[in-house]
Amino acid sequence: MTMQKEEIKLPNEIIEYIEKNSNKKGFEIMILHKIQEIYGYVPRKIAMELSRKLNIPLAKIYGIITFYHIFKLNKPGKYRISVCMGTACYLKGGEDILGEIENILGIGVNSTTEDGIFSIEIVRCIGCCGIAPAIVINNKVYGNLKKDQLIEILSEYTKIEGKEIKND
Amino acid sequence: MTKLKYEELKNMRDLIKKSNKNEILVSMGTCGIAAGGDRIYEILKKEISERDLEDIITVKKTGCLGLCFCEPNLIIKIQGLPEVGYGYLNEDIVYKIITEHIMKKTIIDDYVIFLPTIDLFAKNNKNEFENDIKYIFVWEPDKKKNIYNTFIKKITNKNLQEKIKIYSTKYIGMSNKNPIIKILPENIIYSNFTEHQIENIIETHFIKKTIINEFLLFSDNPNIKIREHNKQYNQIRVVLKNSGYIDPENVNDYINRDGYMALEKVLLNMTPEAVIEEIKKSGLRGRGGAGFPTGIKWEITKNTDSDIKYIVCNADEGDPGAYMDRSILEGDPYSVIEGMTICAYAVGARNGYIYVRAEYPLAIKRLEMAINKAKELGLLGENILGTNFSFDIEIRLGAGAFVCGEETALIASIEGKRGMPKPRPPFPSKEGLWGKPTVINNVETWANIPIIINKGYEWFSSIGTEQSKGTKVFALTGKVKNPGLIEVAMGTTLKEIIYNIGGGIFNNKRFKAAQSGGPSGGVISEDFIDYPIEYESLQKIGSMMGSGGLIVMDEDDCMVDVAKFYLQFTVDESCGKCAPCRIGGKQLLEILKSISSGKAEENDIERLKRISLAMNKASLCGLGQSSPNPVISTLKYFEYEYIEHIRDRKCKTGKCKELIIYEINPDKCIGCGACALRCPVTAISGEKRKPHVIDQLKCVKCGECYNTCKFGAINKN
Repeated sequence: MTMQKEEIKLPNEIIEYIEKNSNKKGFEIMILHKIQEIYGYVPRKIAMELSRKLNIPLAKIYGIITFYHIFKLNKPGKYRISVCMGTACYLKGGEDILGEIENILGIGVNSTTEDGIFSIEIVRCIGCCGIAPAIVINNKVYGNLKKDQLIEILSEYTKIEGKEIKND
Repeated sequence: MTKLKYEELKNMRDLIKKSNKNEILVSMGTCGIAAGGDRIYEILKKEISERDLEDIITVKKTGCLGLCFCEPNLIIKIQGLPEVGYGYLNEDIVYKIITEHIMKKTIIDDYVIFLPTIDLFAKNNKNEFENDIKYIFVWEPDKKKNIYNTFIKKITNKNLQEKIKIYSTKYIGMSNKNPIIKILPENIIYSNFTEHQIENIIETHFIKKTIINEFLLFSDNPNIKIREHNKQYNQIRVVLKNSGYIDPENVNDYINRDGYMALEKVLLNMTPEAVIEEIKKSGLRGRGGAGFPTGIKWEITKNTDSDIKYIVCNADEGDPGAYMDRSILEGDPYSVIEGMTICAYAVGARNGYIYVRAEYPLAIKRLEMAINKAKELGLLGENILGTNFSFDIEIRLGAGAFVCGEETALIASIEGKRGMPKPRPPFPSKEGLWGKPTVINNVETWANIPIIINKGYEWFSSIGTEQSKGTKVFALTGKVKNPGLIEVAMGTTLKEIIYNIGGGIFNNKRFKAAQSGGPSGGVISEDFIDYPIEYESLQKIGSMMGSGGLIVMDEDDCMVDVAKFYLQFTVDESCGKCAPCRIGGKQLLEILKSISSGKAEENDIERLKRISLAMNKASLCGLGQSSPNPVISTLKYFEYEYIEHIRDRKCKTGKCKELIIYEINPDKCIGCGACALRCPVTAISGEKRKPHVIDQLKCVKCGECYNTCKFGAINKN
């Protein structure tokens, strides 16, 4: 998505989605899900447009966005690395996995690499406790992880982007 | 397809049942896919098609078998062979399954697995066994195959190898200290015998055809009595009856296993009052944690006067370490939909919502497909099965807020608001969604409904204990050998779950505690390992049933660290509406942090207890009231560990990193300097070829030196 596109009106896809479901009460959260599905986060301009379209104060929309962990206000990386910190993953070394990913990419939690390829976030249980510790990259789950597998996993993605991970 | 009427549904079911075919069911829940199940499925699909075997066998995707430890796995049903599973699959085994199991009808040694329970529908699809062949499956805990080899030798000596086939297995459905054998087709399980008694087993069981009571662990024949000391608690799959056995995306598979028979029965033969009576008599209680009697909940809503009523399914499974609801939705979505529809009929509701976590994309996809298909068939929507009854279901997505598992917060979230709880009463059953009477139950509760209606309350209430009826699904995780999704009768003990089902503690370490109920629950210490698991007994010992996350901890886990972990969670998740939860949680966490970093004072324990009590008494909703539970229960059973941290500044498990001291042993250090190079804060210094030292003031306890040293010269205390 280019910046320009964000400045124009709500995309048709969202307008259609809103209109299709206009008879449903309390649908705001579902619309925000749709927006995030398209942009990867909720851009401020879009939230403002939405406020106009639904005739709801922007503050109320931001109230929802900031209450729920899933909604993001900043653009995440192309590949979102979600490190599970559910109990089973935590006990089985989830923190070490997180530390290693931070080391490899040189960024911390809730930030994005300079080239915009990766971002790291912590998620609550993803329900894959049987294969803890686990991470999710976009929608793909990696389980039974060991620290030394991470370079290889992340390289799969950098290769697609024609880049390399510097390993010191 | 057109909308079905009664008779049409019946005819459809008869037709499906007759067309029972050979099939391979590949376990493809979220974990199964992550473990490589999708790749296995693709290969099978491709090979079966290329070898023109499509008329012989169908490859299907199915939900979770519950055997997370041996994934990817599958079940294979083929005429002429007993139904077996294969686990720990890789590509080579998959090719072997095609060439040997399917084409030559030979079972493949070593990779066989069995489900831990008997299929409730086994009679429907028991395969015919060719020529009276008997099968012995052997499982040995030490993997040395002594028993397997002796069986082969003895059977060959007696020249019975054509009549009795022997295979070694990876998992036989239960665990024991001693080897276990499973004999098919009679489904007899023997254990606790020695190598020397094998001759006797062959003589008595196979030649004299007499059951050997001494070794008998299990039989599905009710006429065969099992000796008390041999009795082992097995799993019973009531809620999970279909998970792993059907293609969740195919309604025919659900109908084949008595799906929609309950709805049919209810609409045709039962009044709303009779439905509620049936559920009340069954003794079913809410599986979301609190255990409120389901039938009474329904009755309140039914008796509340209102033109509009709602049905809600709580699928906001937020407890870390719990994935029961996800697996049910992924493996058997129709059972939840059918359960909700039955309730709608009983209380007089027209609309229902399933509030499901956005973090479960596969569950959402399968639910959407199931709802659409049910609408297409007239099993949802206007005039269900041609009657006057209409009911519709809509999916609403959660957005990552743990508090939304609390029913009033969940309702606020469906209404499109911030998920803040409201004080109760009024309870949702009287004043819920948009102020209307609302029945809200969790996924597992809904999945119990159709089978209670089908099999009757007496059958259901015969399972379980006096006050807790039926079964409970647990996500057994943490430090057990065989983590997975399990279902046991209420009243099963923790010991049976961990050792007989979970296979014991990983790496043969010592059991320390199990945690149930997630951030709202508590730990169960070794003293209570023989305690039956049911609602009341767990509350008595300071834990709770919760939704079913059961996390096993061993001697390497620090209880202060565990309490800190849960508190961090609830502090992040507190909605901030009421002060006891918002401020109290934060203070508890700060104290726990100071304990785990060696900065606490002894009266901090008293402080923890006081704040916990205040939060418990004064918080607005369940989240705040229960969030001190991990602190209270770890203090109750492991106070000495807190004292060790505070007084001796020591964490025996090494989990509290700030309490670890790394020191260099001058006798072992050769002065190579490798550790000094790795140290990120240059805390290590020394001359070349002379013992180095660590500057404790600079050390950040990262452990790099400890991991780097090849001479074991770094001591970790």
